[in-house]
Parts: sequence; C-alpha cells; structure tokens
Amino acid sequence: MAALRPAGDYDESYIRDMSFLRRPWMNWFTWGVVLIVLLLPFLEIWGLISSANPSYARYTWWMNILNRIAYTIVALQGLNILTGLTGQISLGQAAFMLVGGYISALAMTYWGLPIILTIPLAAVGTGAIGLLFGLPSLRVKGFYLAMATLAAQFIIPWLSRNLWKDYLGGTNGSIVAPVPTIFGYEFSGSTNMFIISFITLVITSVLFNNMIRTKLGRAFVSVRDNDLAAELLGVNLFSYKLKAFYLAAAFAGIAGALRAHTERGIGTEFNYTLDISVLFLGMLVIGGMGTNLGPFLGAIFVILLDEGAIILGETIAHAFPDQAGALQTSFRPIVFGVTLIIFLIFEPRGLAHRWYLFKAAWRLRPFAR
Amino acid sequence: MENINNPILSVEGVELSFGANRVLKNISFDVQPGEIRAIIGPNGAGKTSMLNCMSGFYRPQKGQIMFAGQDVTKTPPHNIASLGMARTFQNIALYTGLSTLDNLMAARHIHMKQRSLASMLYWGTAQREEIEHREFVEEIIDFLEIEQIRKAVVGALPYGLRKRVELGRALALEPDLLLLDEPMAGMNAEEKEDMARFVLDIHERRGVTVVLIEHDMGLVMDISDRIVVIDFGEKIADGSPEEIKNDEKVIAAYLGQEE
Repeated sequence: MAALRPAGDYDESYIRDMSFLRRPWMNWFTWGVVLIVLLLPFLEIWGLISSANPSYARYTWWMNILNRIAYTIVALQGLNILTGLTGQISLGQAAFMLVGGYISALAMTYWGLPIILTIPLAAVGTGAIGLLFGLPSLRVKGFYLAMATLAAQFIIPWLSRNLWKDYLGGTNGSIVAPVPTIFGYEFSGSTNMFIISFITLVITSVLFNNMIRTKLGRAFVSVRDNDLAAELLGVNLFSYKLKAFYLAAAFAGIAGALRAHTERGIGTEFNYTLDISVLFLGMLVIGGMGTNLGPFLGAIFVILLDEGAIILGETIAHAFPDQAGALQTSFRPIVFGVTLIIFLIFEPRGLAHRWYLFKAAWRLRPFAR
Repeated sequence: MENINNPILSVEGVELSFGANRVLKNISFDVQPGEIRAIIGPNGAGKTSMLNCMSGFYRPQKGQIMFAGQDVTKTPPHNIASLGMARTFQNIALYTGLSTLDNLMAARHIHMKQRSLASMLYWGTAQREEIEHREFVEEIIDFLEIEQIRKAVVGALPYGLRKRVELGRALALEPDLLLLDEPMAGMNAEEKEDMARFVLDIHERRGVTVVLIEHDMGLVMDISDRIVVIDFGEKIADGSPEEIKNDEKVIAAYLGQEE
C-alpha cells in the first residue's frame, strides 16, 4: 500500500520511516488502548464490579470472549507467518495448540514451573514438533503440502490418546491443567487469565510486526511470492520454510498453553479438531492474509459473529420449537460458512484490505468515497 | 580483454537436454572482467537456457561453468548469489506483494548478518543493520530514478518500471557479474534508451561485468564489447560486434541461407 499521508507529514529519519507507530499520537493511542484493555480484568480484581452487580454476568461473558479472542489471535499470528507470509498452507494449527497445552500443563504439574516459564517452553517444544511436520515442505507444495500437514492433525491427537497414557490422559482424552500462579496470585478464571493472554498477545504482536519489517519477514515473503527468484537471490528455501513452520507451531503452542490454563484442562476432549484448524484458516482469510491486522480483525470478527449466531440461533429455536435441536447444532457452522463464502467472493483480501482502502479514502475526502 | 587468461566466468563444454531435446550442445565461451558480453541468437536458440545454467537455475548434464573459483553447476542455487552473481529474468520475477523498497531490501539478504531472533526483537542489532542497508538501497533507488515508487507495491507497477525495479534488485546484491535476460524487451525507444544508459552506467561506474541477452541488434552492437551467437543450441560465432556483423554463419542464421 503506497502510504497516502496528510500534507506535510514527512519521515525525517529511517527509524521513523520504518516504525509502525510513526507519529506520537499513534503511539499514545495504541498504548492507551492496550492499557485500557489490560485494565478491564482489574475491574473485578479491585472489586469495582462483583457478583452483586447486575451487569456482572455480562462482564464475565465479555471477559471470557476477550480471553478467547486473545489466544486465538496468537494462534492466527502463527498461521499468518506460515500461510500469509511464507505461502505454505497448514491444516495442523489446532493439533499444535494441543501440543503446547500439554507441554505447559505437564511442566506445571510435574516440574512445578511457573507460567512465565511454561509458555516459552510450550513455544519451543511445539516449534520442534512443527519442524517435523514442516519437513515435507521441501518437496511438496500447495495442495499436497496441505495433505502432509493434515497428517499432524490426525497423528498428534491419536498419539495423545495412545502414548504415555498415565501422563497424557489416555482414553480419558484429557488431563487437568493446573491453575497458574504468579507471586502467589492465582489466575483461576477467564477474567484473570485474560491478563496473561493479553500480555502474551502484546508480546507476540510486537515480535510479528518486527519480523515483517526486517530480514526474516522479507525472506518469508520472497519465498511466497517467487521461490525460484528467492533462491537465486540467496534465500535458502528449505531453511526459511522450516523457520516458518517452527514459528507457526511455536505461536500455536503459546496459544494452546493459554487455552489449556483457561479451560483448566487439555486433551482431545477439549475440541482441538480439524474443524478448528480449518476455522483458523477461515478467520485468516476473513481478516486478511499476510497483514499484521489480519489476525486481529479475523479473530474478533469471527468470534463475535459466532457468539451472535449462538444467540440468534437460540432466538430462532424459540420461534420454531419443532426444529430447535437442528437449529442449535447447525446454525453456527452455516453462518460461518456463508460468511467465508461471501468474503472469498467479494473481499478475498480480507477485512485488513478493506481497512486500508477505507483509510486511503478517508485521507482523500471529500474527493473519494 | 587484456588479461585474457583470467576470465571472470568461463563456460566449458556445456550440454543441456530436456529428455531427447538437446537445448545446448557443447557450448564454451568466457567472460572477461569488466566487459559487456552479449548473447544473441534467433528465438528458441537456447540463450535463456544458457543464462539459466550460468545462474545455477538449470543443471547441465555435461560441462562446467567456473565462476569465482567454483563450478556453478555444482553449487546450491542459494549460495551462488553470495559468490557475486546476480541476474534479472525475461519474465519479471519480482516479489509482487512487496514494495519497491522491500524488493530491493530483500536482495540485501546475503549481506545482512542478523539472526532470525534478532529480526524479531528488532531494537538494537537488527535496526542498526536495517538502516545501514537502507542507505545502500536508497542509493540504488536514486541511481535508477525510482524514488516516487519507493513505497508502491510492485505488482501494480507498469511493465517498464518493474523491469527497472528488477534491475535495482539485482544491483542491490552488489554483484561482480550481472546477467540480464532481455532487459529491454517490450519497451519503447525511450525506455530502451533509459535502460541502456543504466546498463552502461552500472558497467562504467560500478565496474560490474555484464552478460546481456537482447534482441535489439542495433543496441547490442552499440553497447557490447564481445558477442556470442547461439543458434539451435550451438555456438556459431564469438567475437567483437564488427566481426559478428560480417560473419556469414550469423547472417545465415538470422536471414536464412541462399540456395
């Protein structure tokens, strides 16, 4: 996007030209929003809102959604590195979340590590597993690679049920993820966990944005846009594809750890299926592949849409009691499917692209619509 | 052409075939440091195949191509760029989703030392290095007069400009040897002159050796020091523009033979 800027807005140094928040007000605005969102869970912690309050139910509902959005964005950022930037398709993101959740839960249960350490451990460990499933990417591309990564989605959940049954839960399909504590404070619910999820999200977002403006990100995009030229320009294709797989899995591992401690359990029982992996791809398409805003817009839009569909589905179920069962089970996937199709037809570059267009039009007002 | 025994690149007995289709038949020639060497020939003669072999993209069945003390035909493609060779493509092969600036910065890949982790952490090493290379890239942008499209996504640029950006990307590698595959194809006279001026400037000011495939004979005769002529995969002539102009085999290849 050729940046369209207000008159007189110049970059006076390369540092400023390369920064994402180029102007002081952008800095203030972004970090202000971050701070305000971060303060939301403290409403309860500081007792400003409690179960006696009439809006408490709505508050917890929103905190639950926000927490889910936060760790979903982390998983999407991982997928964005792999699919959006490097152009390698992956259908195993949910399975990698499962791995991350297990690593974090086990490390906390048996080694007693605090969450500050189990999350990085989950990232590193899941990344290593991701490398393994990234190996076929040297030989196969596109559709065939999707099939190869699909293997992860089947092998990992199967292994979690059949391997080391005492530790991974065996046929129970789940183990308990302990309540994380930092300095004796227990992060026991969605509201508390949101603090950890959100701080993690801020860190991964900073890492992601740094990546796309430096050597690593450009190498990823060059593999996506023209792998033959990239190789002749000195990019080692295999090494960078594996790096992308590693990072994608590592981000999924972080997301998995966050989700496991929120839901207080990890395992195949907790729905880490192919549906979820496909849903992630759908979210990324809706948000905008290969953009830094894509994961945010995709996750927020789809999760809110999904919640809206639940509410709407129940309302309709009340109106048509005969079809209540069918409506409750199938209304959500239908809404998601239709939305995805609409996006693929009318806005294949996602909400992020829409946002850039809107920004450009805003700057050109009143000469553009 | 003085130190004739010390070529920057030498092609020795290269044979390339796809199945039964023999594309290059026992081709040998060399490129002297500091010259503009043109490869010409009728359509389908094997010029681009020759260039693809030289840049390590195709692997010839026989023969060797020595560059910077290494046999290019046995070097992994991603290591060839750091030997000091860069190329452009006949059908532009830019990174269409990146801006002009990022395309050029992407070519600095081999000169950047930052590790992937440093890239993600940015502040400190990576930032310093980015700025350092940005300054280098800005010089090229200046030189090629593409300042106004610095931030434009290259996929949306017109053809002539994309060709120029691709030349810039090759230059950003800081090559000793530059392979240009039809840099002026499909351009109008003015664009061609611009491009020729850039090629000559690169050659003279930066001291880059240039190997050039081009169809515009007038232009080739004007700017090149020596010319290789390939027809049906065989080298039929090699020499100065004057010699090539009067070579009977070349005339026959281009104009047909009298019965």
